[in-house]
Amino acid sequence: MSILVNKNTNVVVQGITGHEGLFHTEQMLVYGTRIVAGVRPGKGGEWVISGKVPIFDTMSGAVEATGADCSIIFVPARAAPDAILEAADAGIALVVCITEGIPVQDMMRVGKYLDEKKVRLIGPNCPGLLTPGECKVGIIPGHVARPGNVGVVSRSGTLTYEVIHALTQRGIGQSTCVGMGGDPVHGLGFVETLELFEEDPHTDKIVLIGEIGGNDEERAAEFIADRLTKPVVAFIAGQTAPPGKRMGHAGAIVEGGTGTAAEKIKALEAAGARVARHPEEIADLLAGL
Amino acid sequence: MRLHEYQSKQIFAQNGIPIPRGRVASTAATAKEIAEELGGRVVIKAQVLVGGRGKAGGIRLARTPAEAEELATQILGMQIKGLPVRRVLVDEAAAITSELYLAVTNDRSARRPVMVASAEGGVEIEQVAHDTPEKIVRVLVDPLLGLREYQAREIASRIGVPRDHWKTFVQIARGLYQAYAACDATLAEINPLVITDDQRLIALDGKMVLDDNALFRHQDLAELRDIDEEAPEEVEARKYGLSYVAMDGDIGCMVNGAGLAMATMDIIKFSGGKPANFLDIGGGAGSDKVAAALRIILSDPGVHAILFNIFGGITRCDEVARGILAALETVKSPVPMVVRLVGTNEAEGRRLLAGAKMVTAATLGEAARKAVELAAHRAA
Repeated sequence: MSILVNKNTNVVVQGITGHEGLFHTEQMLVYGTRIVAGVRPGKGGEWVISGKVPIFDTMSGAVEATGADCSIIFVPARAAPDAILEAADAGIALVVCITEGIPVQDMMRVGKYLDEKKVRLIGPNCPGLLTPGECKVGIIPGHVARPGNVGVVSRSGTLTYEVIHALTQRGIGQSTCVGMGGDPVHGLGFVETLELFEEDPHTDKIVLIGEIGGNDEERAAEFIADRLTKPVVAFIAGQTAPPGKRMGHAGAIVEGGTGTAAEKIKALEAAGARVARHPEEIADLLAGL
Repeated sequence: MRLHEYQSKQIFAQNGIPIPRGRVASTAATAKEIAEELGGRVVIKAQVLVGGRGKAGGIRLARTPAEAEELATQILGMQIKGLPVRRVLVDEAAAITSELYLAVTNDRSARRPVMVASAEGGVEIEQVAHDTPEKIVRVLVDPLLGLREYQAREIASRIGVPRDHWKTFVQIARGLYQAYAACDATLAEINPLVITDDQRLIALDGKMVLDDNALFRHQDLAELRDIDEEAPEEVEARKYGLSYVAMDGDIGCMVNGAGLAMATMDIIKFSGGKPANFLDIGGGAGSDKVAAALRIILSDPGVHAILFNIFGGITRCDEVARGILAALETVKSPVPMVVRLVGTNEAEGRRLLAGAKMVTAATLGEAARKAVELAAHRAA
């Protein structure tokens, strides 16, 4: 079982005809994801991937024809805010935005609109969602995961694959992997994901992968202390990061002395989470729970 | 991207915020001319993109044009936190009654812009927030509506701005929000916003930080970037879409993905080594990108080993392997290299690299240990 996506999720791909869009649509299909449509303005009526996926000009057209309930976005940063809004207006309940480099102020405006529409956004600048054995809506390499009872939530991309891979090699499967993205202003966060894992009967343990910048981890720690009954193993990347420098992710920066790895580790440990010192220790700590 | 004080204040002025009369100078003679034009006392301010200019002696008061020239000579010869001062701002001096703080920035957790204000201006706001958090007023702004007049008035009232000044304060606060929104800033800050003895409100100092991701729609602002103030390797990295931060260790890192790059640095430290840099080659790393990354890492003479840590997702392992091979054709180096490739198309990637003289590792821990050993061996 899982959270957010499963074998019945019907997915539309926005920006399906681009290099990355096509490559990952194929990967998602191979994984077994129900890709019901693609959208690319100006190419409606065509088919891609050996005639497997129909293209529509608009999201409303795609949703009307296929009943898609989830979208994944691969369009470039300057068009991505529009793509998110178009998905929301077409009645999509879950939007996964892979695109990196969207201006923060755009995301604040989009976020406000989505809140009013009650649309759930994953990302942007994220690897998306993977429910092993059932459905992949994103770019997480499917073969590194296997079904199981550990929920994974992370602000990172490749670091998440690294951790999932290590878990799988130890025989520890995952219920759902949530890559929430590395931007300072994003959709679904740790707290909302932990709530979903808490309610999911098939998730027994949780791995939380944070990094420097912001206070998402501190808020997650509060939730862990107050409400979460399932055990958590955490890792915080950026323990060696110098202050004031942005470490790749737009959101990974220690500002005004706050957002340090040390603070986050302290908060999570105080909340009862086990904190790994390096990513490969996560599996050890999980196995010991 | 951070703007200089004089650039920030010009943007403030365009948005209706009163700033002191003044101009920027790159020679002491020009500074003297400006002081003559302005008449009276002037302030000479070093224009460098670091904090603590005042403490370092980079902000001085001059009573006469001759003194302005003398102080400008001194300041233009200074280095502040390693950055040479190339320009000074010559502003008319203000007679100050009180100093306020006013800024707008992004509240990440609220996902809204937030106005931050305090009656304690002229000092570091982080210090005020730490010592006396009750003296900081924060008002969230709806990004679809912008800062409303009533909100600006409420801020004025809460930080004790005298009622006579509310109208001007509201104009300044809204101008500041407008500058923040129009420039896609992540911070627009006036510190201090002063009330002068002759009852004027003036933005005495200004700072703006812009969202790098939004510069595509602000060509005019992108041109204000002062690359003299940045590490040359970081400038070079940006040209290739790489994200690079120099550190003081001896193990160079080339990693795809920011989180994994940070974790790689962390595990190097955990394994007893010290990372020489953070470097994220990002998605779709072709050979030109990898070669550029390699050149940048090797430009640091302190690097004694390089660790490639690639986990294939959006970047495919075979693509990176080809990139590494092509890069090694153009960048010859005796520095030992450790490679770890896992993920999409990993078998093909490993096959491609099998011919090259690189140390391979199956896990991150193993890769880090090998890199630490090789670096120590080479340094010895």
